[in-house]
Amino acid sequence: MSTAIEHPTYNYKVVRQFAIMTVVWGIVGMLVGVWIAAQLAWPALNFDLPWTSFGRLRPLHTNAVIFAFGGSALFATSYYVVQRTCQARLISDGLAAFTFWGWQLIIVLAAITLPLGLTQGKEYAELIWPIDILIAVVWVSYAIVFLGTIYVRKTSHIYVANWFFAAFILTVAILHIVNSMAIPVTWTHSYSIYSGATDAMVQWWYGHNAVGFFLTAGFLGMMYYFVPKQAERPVYSYRLSIVHFWALICVYMWAGPHHLHYTALPDWAQSLGMIMSLILLAPSWGGMINGMMTLSGAWHKLRTDPVLRFLVVSLSFYGMSTFEGPMMSIKTVNALSHYTDWTIGHVHAGALGWVAMISIGAVYHLIPKVFDKKEMYSVDLINVHFWLSTVGTVLYIASMWVNGIMQGLMWRAVNADGTLMYTFIESVEASHPGFVVRWLGGVLWLVGMLLMAYNVYMTVSSKASEKAAAQTA
Amino acid sequence: MDINVFRGLMSVVLLIAFLSIVFWAYSKNQKKPFDEAANLPFADEHEDDHNQGASSSLEKKKHD
Ligand code: HEM
Ligand code: HEM
Repeated sequence: MSTAIEHPTYNYKVVRQFAIMTVVWGIVGMLVGVWIAAQLAWPALNFDLPWTSFGRLRPLHTNAVIFAFGGSALFATSYYVVQRTCQARLISDGLAAFTFWGWQLIIVLAAITLPLGLTQGKEYAELIWPIDILIAVVWVSYAIVFLGTIYVRKTSHIYVANWFFAAFILTVAILHIVNSMAIPVTWTHSYSIYSGATDAMVQWWYGHNAVGFFLTAGFLGMMYYFVPKQAERPVYSYRLSIVHFWALICVYMWAGPHHLHYTALPDWAQSLGMIMSLILLAPSWGGMINGMMTLSGAWHKLRTDPVLRFLVVSLSFYGMSTFEGPMMSIKTVNALSHYTDWTIGHVHAGALGWVAMISIGAVYHLIPKVFDKKEMYSVDLINVHFWLSTVGTVLYIASMWVNGIMQGLMWRAVNADGTLMYTFIESVEASHPGFVVRWLGGVLWLVGMLLMAYNVYMTVSSKASEKAAAQTA
Repeated sequence: MDINVFRGLMSVVLLIAFLSIVFWAYSKNQKKPFDEAANLPFADEHEDDHNQGASSSLEKKKHD
């Protein structure tokens, strides 16, 4: 890794570190995903040990893929994009290095505490309070580095990708701090300051905006830089990007109640959440269309460039999951989909199809740049990776649709005398084939990530610098 | 003020805010600055050459 030469203007070191860790944590997180998918199909894989039980590994999976893999990808790309579009170096190398090591420490602490069963019990906010404080400190440092770099920019405009990254960073800071408010009673245990329905509402205000800002706004920032760059043409409509930016961040905040349909949450709040979720389709598709149309006149590039294909297919999955989401927010549809595998399928259409694919495309784009190489070691391997990921995602979501709708129908089926037609365990048994297909999709994904690791390793360790390659050519 | 009057007013204010953003973004005045901004991802490509320059000088040092 030290073969790369320091860039005279930009801080590429921290970008390189986060880019490599994106691949590493991607493998770890997906390995745990494959494991828990296998546990659901073959429960013996829980090994009857507390540390390897599904209940403890599941949050390990979600934290590893969202915060370690997705987070590292966001750090890497935001630091890269902000420097290149502001034509300025990060304001502090020291603080940037602190965010890298701090974030890695948080991930390691998560990987230790979660299998031990230490948790706050809030989904996507499981980590115990001392780690929460560390997250807050690292995140505020991140905000300072990022916004400070925008402040010292040499360009007169702030490129739209930076707007999305900035919104993501600021909002996640607020979400994390508000939702994690708790009163500690021991070093590993605390009580949330919220209770009852308020606690649920705060938790899903957090949870939904974690989706909206961590898993969406940040990755849209990525999209607005890497899609135009890889397609070698400016974004289709800059005006549309501004309008959909403001619409997206204003509407997302209010959609959280769709996670709490038919609960103790007041009815009007549920309906408001549903309406806001339906409206959310428009700004989401604004972003998708803008990204897709950037390729107009360059569609032929898709035939030869698998990196561009990763980016564009990720946009299709983004469009798909943001169509599915509003549908699932409709209360009558949610009555069928809630608690079933349909939700899990929706999650992974977004998480694998959108978040993971766009990150992988972006990392393939920037690895040669920040390591001063001409291109990736093997473009064919990228192509293989692309197909493994695409087929894997399709297997995952198709099996979960089938399972989800089947489960929903079985649970609500009643006999003429009003008793339930099926026991719960019958629906679990019927889900077995779907669980196996989902596991297979996950295995394809994992194989793809291992190919990526090999490809990145060969690229990074190759002796040829970009200049040397140009000379021999 | 009655809470429902307040809610109604808020809706109107937000609608106006949204329409203003749309009008602002699509106005003629913004065309040029937006075109410049849209090209920012390509504006620093000399930095890649710069990088090559730096690496080649180091390369030379290695060969000495
Ligand atoms: C190899 C790929 C993956 C496999 C096999 C996999 C598998 C799984 C499994 C089995 C579950 C538990 C489902 C259940 O409780 O019924 C799960 C949950 C989850 N996964 Fe993955 N996953 C993968 C990749 C990812 C990625 C890349 C992300 C995010 C970027 C992600 C985000 C999530 C989330 C957020 C949940 C919780 C869903 C919910 O609570 O509704 N997964 N995953
Ligand atoms: C317009 C956009 C979207 C809307 C309206 C939406 C709506 C929904 C709805 C209604 C649910 C089911 C809640 C339930 O029954 O429990 C859900 C779950 C979920 N969605 Fe979305 N979705 C959208 C986009 C996305 C995207 C792009 C992603 C990922 C990148 C995503 C990730 C998730 C996750 C992780 C959950 C599971 C939460 C949990 O229960 O643990 N969503 N979404």
